Amino acid sequence: MTYITGVGLTSYGKHERLTSLDLMSKAAELAIADAGLKRAEIDGILCGYSTVSPHIMLATVFAEHFGIRPSYAHAVQVGGATGLAMTMLAHHLVDAGVVKNVLVVGGENRLTGQSRDASIVALAQVGHPDYEVPLGPTIPAYYGLVASRYMHEYGVTEADLAEFAVLMRKHALSHPGAQFHKPITVADVLASKPVASPLKLLDCCPVSDGGAAFVVSREPTNAARVKIRGCAQAHTHQHVTAAPALSELGAEISIAKAKAASGVAISDVRYAAVYDSFTITLAMLLEDLGLAKRGEAAARVRSGYFSRHGEMPLNTHGGLLSYGHCGVGGAMAHLVEAHLQMTERAGERQVRDASVVLLHGDGGVLSSHVSMFLERV
Amino acid sequence: MAKPADWTNGEEAILYQSCASCGKVQYFRRGFCAVCGSTEFAEKRASGKGTVYATSVVMRAATAETRAHVPYNIVLVDADEGFRMMAHGAGDLAIGDRVSARFAAFAGQLVPFFERLA
Repeated sequence: MTYITGVGLTSYGKHERLTSLDLMSKAAELAIADAGLKRAEIDGILCGYSTVSPHIMLATVFAEHFGIRPSYAHAVQVGGATGLAMTMLAHHLVDAGVVKNVLVVGGENRLTGQSRDASIVALAQVGHPDYEVPLGPTIPAYYGLVASRYMHEYGVTEADLAEFAVLMRKHALSHPGAQFHKPITVADVLASKPVASPLKLLDCCPVSDGGAAFVVSREPTNAARVKIRGCAQAHTHQHVTAAPALSELGAEISIAKAKAASGVAISDVRYAAVYDSFTITLAMLLEDLGLAKRGEAAARVRSGYFSRHGEMPLNTHGGLLSYGHCGVGGAMAHLVEAHLQMTERAGERQVRDASVVLLHGDGGVLSSHVSMFLERV
Repeated sequence: MAKPADWTNGEEAILYQSCASCGKVQYFRRGFCAVCGSTEFAEKRASGKGTVYATSVVMRAATAETRAHVPYNIVLVDADEGFRMMAHGAGDLAIGDRVSARFAAFAGQLVPFFERLA
């Protein structure tokens, strides 16, 4: 049995003069305090990576900086899926009795620590160094390729995709920590600057500074009772050139395995936290996970199904698209928000019922997937 | 492994590997077949003919060298020989188009460039 006992999240956007370690420390401090623990009670540390300050031993660099001498520590790298992959590992480490309280932390000054061009170049390196990168693709182009095919096969339109950007922005408006607070419309998304067709600027998540952290524990440490019910991964490829058919992508595999591991069905889920690096990512994952039928996720957005008061509230903090994306911490904000919802601490964003939550993360170009179910007990 | 004499090394050619044991083909060059592990395979030269699987026109590039080429169309093409590859293509290509490759200069390198077959 494992519990998420504390969460911490900084605002996303610009944090001038803060380093990746500073942002990780801020989030870690918040998460440990939220769990009601002391630094010395943390015996495991899992952290992600920083493209601004790469290091071959980031977990021990952080542990020393933060003032912890853990009995278990290392970094994890699975792109955008890193946060949930770390949570899955923390769950298994705690469950196996290796450690009692694992601090999972990610943070990066990706916006102010380097130029946007440098971020785009760094991220494009998930492509194949010989057969893809020399062609000048960017991450939006990798996802643009997938989007073009998905739209072709399932009749999804650019206006459909725009709905997801509008929804995430609407949700971000009521979170003071979100990077964007200006409302947008479908027309705004369609008129935004082309980046890599069919994706336009507002179809893409921003580059942000920020940090997020949580504590995974063997026993509850406070009043919160958020249990990890079960989780699973799937990795089908790294490069988009080598991706399987749309009907055979990893999200469908990992969700099937997570359902089997947890005994939870999609019909049990009351709140969804799904990776949304681009509008197409969110549209595809919702349909792959079974939260909407093929080609029908946008219609569900329009009908309010994924809104705060809808049947399946989704990323009520604004997601990567509007809360922001600081790398590893980006999708960890989804879990922090889910935890706040489950413990009824989401304030004006509070949903009616977040008793069972589905989380899903994606790394690379729909390459690595982690699905996870949480339950309030 | 010796460097392949293909576009990744400045030669006007698209090469792929064909496994002598299981018959599968692969585009990303390796010292073994990624399906069965066999080290017996033939290096073959592709015809350059194929069908467009996906397209994305890049309007926002991130380096000075690539920005000079904007807009450029990144395409995934299913080669007639049975493998998928990334390349550049004419701006008007659509999914399902039958295409043929020539080679073009891009950011200091030679890259395959697909055009619609008449």
